Amino acid sequence: MSPANTNPIALGSESLSVDHLLGIKDLTRADIDLIFRTADGFKEVLGRPIKKVPSLRDITIANLFFESSTRTRVSFELAEKRLSADVVNFSSSGSSVSKGETLIDTVNNILAMKVDMVVMRHPDPGAAMFLARHARARILNAGDGTHEHPTQALLDAYSIREKLGRVKGVKVLIVGDVLHSRVALSNIFCLQKLGSEVMLCGPRTLMPRHIRALGVRFEDDLDKALGWCDVANMLRIQLERQGGDGIASFPSLREYAMLYGLNLSRYRRIGKDVVVMHPGPINRGVEVSSEVADHANSIILDQVENGVAIRMAVLYLLAARIPRTAV
Amino acid sequence: MRPATLLANKAFGLTITRLCHQLIEDYGDLNGVALIGLQPRGVLLARRLRSELLSIIGKEFLAYGELDITFHRDDFRQRRTLPAPNTTDISFDLDGRRVVLVDDVLFTGRTIRAGLDAMLAFGRPTSVSLLVLIDRRFSRELPIQPDYVGKWVDSIGDQRVTVAWREVEGQDRVLLHTSDAEIGTSVSKGSIADQ
Repeated sequence: MSPANTNPIALGSESLSVDHLLGIKDLTRADIDLIFRTADGFKEVLGRPIKKVPSLRDITIANLFFESSTRTRVSFELAEKRLSADVVNFSSSGSSVSKGETLIDTVNNILAMKVDMVVMRHPDPGAAMFLARHARARILNAGDGTHEHPTQALLDAYSIREKLGRVKGVKVLIVGDVLHSRVALSNIFCLQKLGSEVMLCGPRTLMPRHIRALGVRFEDDLDKALGWCDVANMLRIQLERQGGDGIASFPSLREYAMLYGLNLSRYRRIGKDVVVMHPGPINRGVEVSSEVADHANSIILDQVENGVAIRMAVLYLLAARIPRTAV
Repeated sequence: MRPATLLANKAFGLTITRLCHQLIEDYGDLNGVALIGLQPRGVLLARRLRSELLSIIGKEFLAYGELDITFHRDDFRQRRTLPAPNTTDISFDLDGRRVVLVDDVLFTGRTIRAGLDAMLAFGRPTSVSLLVLIDRRFSRELPIQPDYVGKWVDSIGDQRVTVAWREVEGQDRVLLHTSDAEIGTSVSKGSIADQ
């Protein structure tokens, strides 16, 4: 139907409130709802024999990964390609970054080749925001240090919505290394905006000092916490962020697994169907045992599947805000 | 200015019935035919056609689907706002089928262009024909013409034609909205187009 014939009750015309996706903190509830509804459309596209739409065929996207990543990177790249965008990939190893080039120079050099959007993962918190201020492109934060990982939080909440039919009022437990986790912070913001209750559980050495100021509960005892929740999101122990070469925040991985790991006997003791999530990559036998990771109530692989649809939705909605004539 | 009613009540129902009989005339018992309604408003016509065809033929040989064209539009990034996507539900392969694409109003032809593009993700149909309730002829921007027409409406650019449905708006009717001064509009009853 052409615009002139559009019946006003049939088409809801909306747009995101932001030009960049730097963190969940900047999004409104309406933005998240719009992303979810758009992702529903893309999820259907991903079930078609030909899983591709032409929407972003005149958009060029650079994926800049200054930190290692498998699933996020593959997920973004698939999302971009299924939207028909042109994609260039860049990783810090084997590039001029290792020759001492600054971030802003690296990015401006790439943008000089007429790139419209940048998807960036960087080890420094705030790197995405810095880039959004100084570079002429739309920025998508694919994880900046221990700060935010907005698309992960969106796909987590979307997966909860898909599994339980709602997010509002759902009790979500986040277990583990909250201190070093960008996934935890983005999840807290996202779930609270959608009306969920959030509880944290884990060694106190891995909890940020003022985390209760965000309005979340805290529980030391994993069994009590599991009894409270509907969904348990088991964070990965970030061995690479523990400082030095040893583990500084808890005595041993074995002790961590005993106190804060979710194995089958502990899962059975809960006595109800708690949904199990993990942002990946799993340290099997540490955060979750293999039996629990592959359990019927585990939605770990659904999270990965939904990641592509969520990223397509975010890319599509941000690209819609780029005027066609602009550089 | 109050909108003019172009088609309502009994005449509306008769037009739908005529379109069904034209489909039966051309496709027989509709075996191997796929009826695909375009979201958001074409599906309302397609659903009506489907139930009417079922009551005429008695048995359902028809494959039925609904197609959303949002991600295939050619005005992405040219409109200030985005149309929200609707559901696509085509649970069968289009390979070897004869497709009847259904929309309520044919105006510039751009929706149909996007619909043809979107449809190809589901296979390669043997043939595709186009059925519309209202053909706003003389306002096409692309070389696309309908095969089955409920009614032709000759209107000018800033007029709007809307179709209301019993299931959604409570009443079946086609309205012509004119924004400013009254402008003469001629309406002719449609029969099979392109013959």
